[in-house]
Parts: sequence; structure tokens; C-alpha cells
Amino acid sequence: MAAVPGVTERYFTRWYKTDVGQPREDYCILQHSNRICVITLAESHPVLQKGKTIKNINYQVTAHCSRLQNKVSGKSKRGAQFLTALAPLCRISCSDGEEYTIHSCIRGRLMEVNENLLNNPAILQEKPSTEGYIAVVLPKFEESKIVTQGLLTREEYEGILLHRLNSSS
Amino acid sequence: MDLLRELHDFLENNKDKDDILYRNEAADPPSKRIRLENTEEGTEDLNQNGALQHTLVVNDGNAAPENLTLTVCNVCLGVLQEFCEADFVKKVCQNVNSAEYEFTSFVFSVSLPPQLSVREHAAWLLVKQEMGKQGLSLAKDDIVQLKEAYKWIIHPLFSEELGVPADGKSLFDVSVVFAHPETDEDCHFLATAHPDCFKPAKKKQSVFTRMAVIKALEKIKEEDFRKHFPCPPNAPKNFCTVVEIQCTNSAIFVAGRYNKYSRNLPQTPWIIDGKRKLESSVEELISEHLMTEFKADSFNFSSSGREDVDVRTLGKGRPFTIELVNPHRVQFTAEEMKGLQQKINSSSDKIQVRDLQLVTREAIGHMKKGEQEKTKTYSALIWTDKSIQKEDIAFLDDVKELKLDQKTPLRVLHRRPLAVRTRVIHTMTSEYIDEHHFRLNLKTQAGTYIKEFVHGDFGRTKPNIGSLMNTTADILELDVESVDVDWPPALDN
Repeated sequence: MAAVPGVTERYFTRWYKTDVGQPREDYCILQHSNRICVITLAESHPVLQKGKTIKNINYQVTAHCSRLQNKVSGKSKRGAQFLTALAPLCRISCSDGEEYTIHSCIRGRLMEVNENLLNNPAILQEKPSTEGYIAVVLPKFEESKIVTQGLLTREEYEGILLHRLNSSS
Repeated sequence: MDLLRELHDFLENNKDKDDILYRNEAADPPSKRIRLENTEEGTEDLNQNGALQHTLVVNDGNAAPENLTLTVCNVCLGVLQEFCEADFVKKVCQNVNSAEYEFTSFVFSVSLPPQLSVREHAAWLLVKQEMGKQGLSLAKDDIVQLKEAYKWIIHPLFSEELGVPADGKSLFDVSVVFAHPETDEDCHFLATAHPDCFKPAKKKQSVFTRMAVIKALEKIKEEDFRKHFPCPPNAPKNFCTVVEIQCTNSAIFVAGRYNKYSRNLPQTPWIIDGKRKLESSVEELISEHLMTEFKADSFNFSSSGREDVDVRTLGKGRPFTIELVNPHRVQFTAEEMKGLQQKINSSSDKIQVRDLQLVTREAIGHMKKGEQEKTKTYSALIWTDKSIQKEDIAFLDDVKELKLDQKTPLRVLHRRPLAVRTRVIHTMTSEYIDEHHFRLNLKTQAGTYIKEFVHGDFGRTKPNIGSLMNTTADILELDVESVDVDWPPALDN
């Protein structure tokens, strides 16, 4: 454990969204003080559970749209693909045949998807909160305060995990 | 200067025209002159200098003294009448003196209403016509411009009242703006004739700028002009009025190097939604005293790069320049600058300045070049997740010219374009502290993001200390040890 709060703790606020699209598909959104959001998988997401091996990560989300084609130019980030909360970012295929669609969770412009995951999918499982991030999203300036409405705090998230544990026993 | 005196005398004494002619031929400036042979044309005889015009106007009426029955000149709109008087000069100089500026010379700028150019043009066409009858030609630049004539008259008057010479290169500008709303519409026909000369109006300004009107006058054919504008022009009812008298001093530039010893001080004021997030700033602490001493209206602070709020600047410090806008005080000796430097240094322990000196505007270019080209050295306190020994960091000392690919850091991505920057770390030296800490000294290319090199910024800076040492690393403290720009010149204080 770090003696001092790490980069994430110092500059980011953790928000959570649970059961996105499918039950137990949980996300952790890291919101920087400058309103930029990093989309990551929460530790309870199925892909991060023991025994899962990632076979492939595909950024071609529809016939016409690949997140890898996202080109952003200038300070105002023109040309970025616009995302709604349920917009797909990528699809993860695992060796056990399961497929998972990864969603944006927040509205905004897509800055980048993590291309390192293409070469090294394992990093998603090894460091889901840092090098294994999914994407970076910039919310609209006018929406920067409301974009986290409907997201859970760490405590609320832990409450949900506890609830799941109790209801399954 | 003879002509000036003569013109002035004329205005006061109202000599008859033959006399004037003789004097004009004898006078020295201007270099371009014409010989006016025929003067019996009444009000058509214009523009050799407006003064000639005034004689005729007055004589046509009655020979009464100027101040009672002087009608407004239909060419100069009163500029060469009312506004060459001692009273006017005194009034302007009162304004100048009460503004309390320090100056050793002055340059006088006058802004005349654009319709004056139209009237001058009309006058020229008339005189040209008359000259033509004599078989003589008269080009437009054979004519003395009204503004020039006005300045010839007024410069010595101002000079005497202010006690300093007029100098085109002076840094102290006295500007007077005239307006004549009554005749503003004189220009309008030009927009119909030559719309391409006129650009759409900005905010509250008129489309009929002096430049646009002059451009249109150069283009318009004589017949078209005479169709739309009376030659000679109509006599107005009122004189011009003075809309504005303003003094400004050219900006002064002060340069130096600053050290920053606080980890809680932004470069520029940090204000969000009207509230200050952190007290004061580097630029305010330095500029405060300069603003007071130089009695300037405002300042522009500029430096060779900058550091974060929580980063100290050590060593010889970072070069900066401050542009002081419209300073009222301009003369400072080296001793006085030294004194100013000491004043700044004793008023704050968060910053210190050195090599404080006056520089030219070109200097800023030097400094900004340094920002992109010159190297910087840093000292960073690094924490590692895994436990380390001395041997684990020794390899860093041998790394030379390490190329980094840095994506725009997330912390600035909201206001910078997304891009990948290649930067070089030239050399590094490490100092072991304990199992989870060491100090790293680096010499890097300008524009390298040090913090991101240490913690990796979600893997978006590659390589980074974490990837080089196969651990998670974080930066606890950063200091700028040197900014390798050899400007401004070091002073031995």
C-alpha cells in the first residue's frame, strides 16, 4: 500500500455503475478534477474474476463504427465520436466462449480507447485501474456536473456488493 | 519653420491675399509646392494651405475680425481655424500635465474625420481644374495635406507649452481625436460607388474608416466624384469638435529571473467562478511593485516556460519579462532597478528575483525561443511500490538520450489537443534513500512532462519509471534545478 495517496486518489474521484447492460457488469469511472473521465472495469466485473482468460478485444462495435478510427483534433476535440451512456466501446471475448460488451457509462466525446489492450489484453486484468483502462471520455462542458448523476459512490458500490453476497447465500 | 510662423501670423492678422502669395513662394518647407498664379476664383482657391481659403471667405463677406464672423471653412471644417489657437493648445497641455507623465519629447497624433479627405479631394479637383485652364498640371501629392499643415502649425505651439521637442520617434504620444457628426454622411456616396473598399463594421464603429475612404477616393473617377459631391463643398454650420485627448507612453519591458520556493503558488491567479482558489501568484508577487513604481495601467507577464503550483524553481531561476503598459514613469537608473529588486525580494519569501533590468521588446523573442529549444534539469523524489535496493536504481545513471512518447497528459487534456509528443531525457542520476524512495536528477529536452514520466499517466507515457523498473512508481516532490537559457544577461548583484 502506498504511504501517500497515489495519482488516482490525489486527482480523481471514483464513481461506480453496476449491472450495466447485464447483471454484475460493473464499472468504475475515474473523474479528474478537470472533468475528464477514465472508464475502467470495477473489480467485481466478470472479466476480472479468477480463471477468466481474455482471448480478444474488438473495437469494431458496429459495421460502420470502429473506436480505433476515432480521430480528435484541436483544443475543442473536433471529430470525436459522441457517446451516450450505453454506447459500446468494445467487445471482449474470453476463452470460455463468453462475450462481454463494454459500455461508455457516461455521455461525452470519446478521446481515446486504450490501444495497449490490443497488444496486451492481459494488462486489463493485471492493472484494471491504471494501465488497463478502457477509454478516456470528455463530457460536454455544460454537462460536466450532471454527468455523474446516477453514478454510485464507493460506499454505495460496496453496499451493493454486500447485498449481492447476502442475497445469494 | 518660416512657413509655420507665417501661417500662424496670417491666421492672427488676416493679411490680404497678394501678400500671402508672395510669402508662400518664398517659404521653405514644404518641398512639394505649386505656383498659384490665379487667385481670383473666390472660394475655389483652396488647399495650398487652408489659410488661403480663409482669407477669401472672410473678404467675400466683410472685413470684420475673425472671431466674430468667421464662418466654418468648408474644407478643413475648422481644424485650421479654431484648433490652431493658443487656447486650444493650452487646454490640451493642461490635460497632458495633469496626467502626470514623465517624458522628454512627444509625438502628436491627430485623428481627423474621414469626410475631411473627401473635402480635400473636392478642393484638389477644383484647383486642378483651374490650373488646367492655365495649361498647368496638379497631381494630388503636389498638394500639402491638411493633417501635415496642421501639424506644422501646432507642433511648435505644443513644444513651447510642454517644454520638450516634438519627435516622430518619441515614446510619448499625445493624441487628439476630432469629429464632425454634421458631415458624416459626406462619405456615404463612396460606398455606393466603390463598395469593395468598405469592410463590414465591427461592433459600434463606422464602416467609413479613414483608410477605406482614402482607398475609395483613389479609385473613384473624377466625373463620378463630381456627380455626387459638390465642388466646392458645402459650408457646414458648426466647427469640428474634439472628442478625445489622450496621452500614452509606449510600453516598457522589465526582465529578470525568478526563483519559486513555495509548493502552493500558481504562476497566474487561480480563480474559478469568481473565487480565488489559492492566494496570490508568481506574476502578481513580482509585478505588484513594478506597477507601483512605473505607475503603469496594466502588465503582461511572460516567462520561459512555467512550473506547476506544487513545484519549486531553484538554481538561477527562470527567465521572465513583464510588459508594463502605459507607464507614467519611464526613467530608471541601474541603481534604482537594483533597489526595486531588493524591494521585491524583501516583501515575499515565496519568490525571489535576480538580474532585474530594462530590456527591449525584441527581448521577448529570445526568451520564448529558449522555451522550446533549451534543456531543463530537475530533481524528483520518487516512491516505488516494490521494495528496492541501491543496485536496482544504478542502471538509471547509464541511460542516455532516452526517447519518450508522451500522450497529452490527462491532467491537461481538457485544454490541450490530444497528441503524442516525442521527448528526450538526456541524462539521469539517482540517489538511493530507502526501500521505497529514491531521488532522481534528470536533464531533459524542453517540453518534457516529468511527473508523467515517473508515474506513467495510465501507461500513456512510455517508457516511464514504472515500466523501466517493473513496479508502480509515483512522484512525491519535483523541483526545477535549472532552466538552461542564458538570458537575460546576468548582473553582478
